[in-house]
Amino acid sequence: MEGLSRHYGTVVALDNLDLTVQPGELIALLGPSGCGKTTTLRLLAGLEDADTGHINVAGRDITRLPASKRDMGMVFQAYSLFPHMTVQQNVAFGLRLRRVTTAQRNRQAMEMLELVGLDTQAQRYPHQISGGQQQRVALARALAIEPQVLLLDEPLSALDAKVRAQLRDQIRRIQLEVGITTLFVTHDQEEALAIADRVGVMRDGHLEQLAPPTDVYSRPATAFVAEFVGLSNRLEGTVSGSTVTVRGRDLPLVDLSTPPGPVIALVRPEAVMLSSDSSSDSGPLVGTVIATTFLGATSRVTVDLGDTTILAQLSTSDASALPAGSRVSLAIRPDPVLVSAESQVTNGE
Amino acid sequence: MAALNQPLGDLAADLPAAAARRPGGLRASQRRRLKVFRYLTFTIFGLFFLLPLLAMVRFSLEGVKHGTWSVAAWTAIASYPGPPPLLSSIEITLELAVITSVVMVVLVVPTMIWIRLRVQWFSRVMEFICLLPLTIPAIVLVVGLAPIYNRIERYNVSALMLFWVYVILALPYAYRALAAGLNAVDATTLSEAARSLGARWGTVMFRIIVPNMWQAILNALLLTIALVLGEFTIAYLLTYVNLQVNLFEISRSTENAGVLFSASAATLLFAFVLLLILSYAGRRLRRGRP
Repeated sequence: MEGLSRHYGTVVALDNLDLTVQPGELIALLGPSGCGKTTTLRLLAGLEDADTGHINVAGRDITRLPASKRDMGMVFQAYSLFPHMTVQQNVAFGLRLRRVTTAQRNRQAMEMLELVGLDTQAQRYPHQISGGQQQRVALARALAIEPQVLLLDEPLSALDAKVRAQLRDQIRRIQLEVGITTLFVTHDQEEALAIADRVGVMRDGHLEQLAPPTDVYSRPATAFVAEFVGLSNRLEGTVSGSTVTVRGRDLPLVDLSTPPGPVIALVRPEAVMLSSDSSSDSGPLVGTVIATTFLGATSRVTVDLGDTTILAQLSTSDASALPAGSRVSLAIRPDPVLVSAESQVTNGE
Repeated sequence: MAALNQPLGDLAADLPAAAARRPGGLRASQRRRLKVFRYLTFTIFGLFFLLPLLAMVRFSLEGVKHGTWSVAAWTAIASYPGPPPLLSSIEITLELAVITSVVMVVLVVPTMIWIRLRVQWFSRVMEFICLLPLTIPAIVLVVGLAPIYNRIERYNVSALMLFWVYVILALPYAYRALAAGLNAVDATTLSEAARSLGARWGTVMFRIIVPNMWQAILNALLLTIALVLGEFTIAYLLTYVNLQVNLFEISRSTENAGVLFSASAATLLFAFVLLLILSYAGRRLRRGRP
């Protein structure tokens, strides 16, 4: 996609977007509501027209092609199976339009249903299967036409947490098995980080960062990415040279061009370490545990530092040793940190 | 604290009582009273509608002598001389019902789907246009249409030309039925899914959307047919003879009253049979679907 733009009246949904997807790659587009991720997908599918820009697939310009001729498989957020057709008929629909013989399309449809583990449900109607199964059938239907690109528009958002995690893993397994180029739109960062080869974080119609999940999380390109992906503590600090001093500790800066002066530093909860400390009465890195949130293998501990609160993510066994009310001392791991865009703007003013 | 000290067994025993007391739950006596009320209401209204119909059938079966029975009025439907013959006006009315229904479906269904999928901003205007005939009295319609029909009459066309005005008359009812059907389908998502699989607009419309609104189409058909079968005012004022106009003419000569009743009962029977057929067809179409 080159220089893709789309406006709805005065609202800019997509602003000069450039995005290249490698063959067989799964890219997850992540961002808040209205950032343009679904618009990107719809432009690619041909369901909407771009105001400017080009879409090339395997060297062919498809910008002006109608949706029916684009050879894209799409799975929608809403259940989109045709209610009057059986599961098998749904999967075979695209093949029927391509004039594949009845025997062959039935065979191919059953193969696809086997791939998603629903071959036993072939003769059922959509309303007779669960939401998760419907989305798997929709995936089989999209894959049956052997599209050049698979487009997934928040396909898991209507499902409950357990089914969602299962289907997420299944989508990734099938994508790797089939080797299909895939664009996956989601607002769920866990989903994006879990299955994508690269994650594109979008904001106001443009890409803030496109990088592997680990980079997006640990080396966010912008303060927006740092704040949007994962949790961040917002701590006051002062920039001088290549470091920012936060509560008496010098932490390296990601962006060395940050101007000196007071800022809000963004510190990940995993970078905060706690230890039981009953000796210190006060200090910039001494506080009181006020709450612990159990997350399974890890727990999130909220510590009151007097003038602010800070989140720390610890293993559940470590966190259980720090009940609410206990005094703790903090250490901040010297990972490179970003500063909040807002604080820089404020300083600039 | 009292509640906390209450034994669990007591709490369990209270559960059905609590369920019976909750707003959605009714006591057995209340349910019984409600049931009686329902049956009573159903019976009263049933009799209210049924008695005149039974009386009509009874009159249609009245023999020459008072208190005797005869099917002469029913057999006379086919041979009633007119003018025009009763059978011919029945034929014309049925043909009108078929033509009006077909034109209605062919005209309105694709238009509504197209507007829903492609020009949604126009849907309010469409709704306004379709509901407009409800607000226009028949006599006003006739005054407006009379010059057109006068011109058409020069070409000596039959009463079948009434189908144009019947399409307009049936438009609000058919529109509401079809709109309800279309609202029940996520037409946008289904069409986008079909298009992404390679379907063109025609395929989307006739192989994806229409099969999911058969029940609504059947309802629209039924309403249209019922309207045409019972229409009198416009045909009479435009001086065409359909079934209702012919029945009116028969009613003016009292010695043929039996035929009037038998023809009316036959029309009603036809509408009931049609209703049953369409509901049966609707159920078959819905089979295996939500």
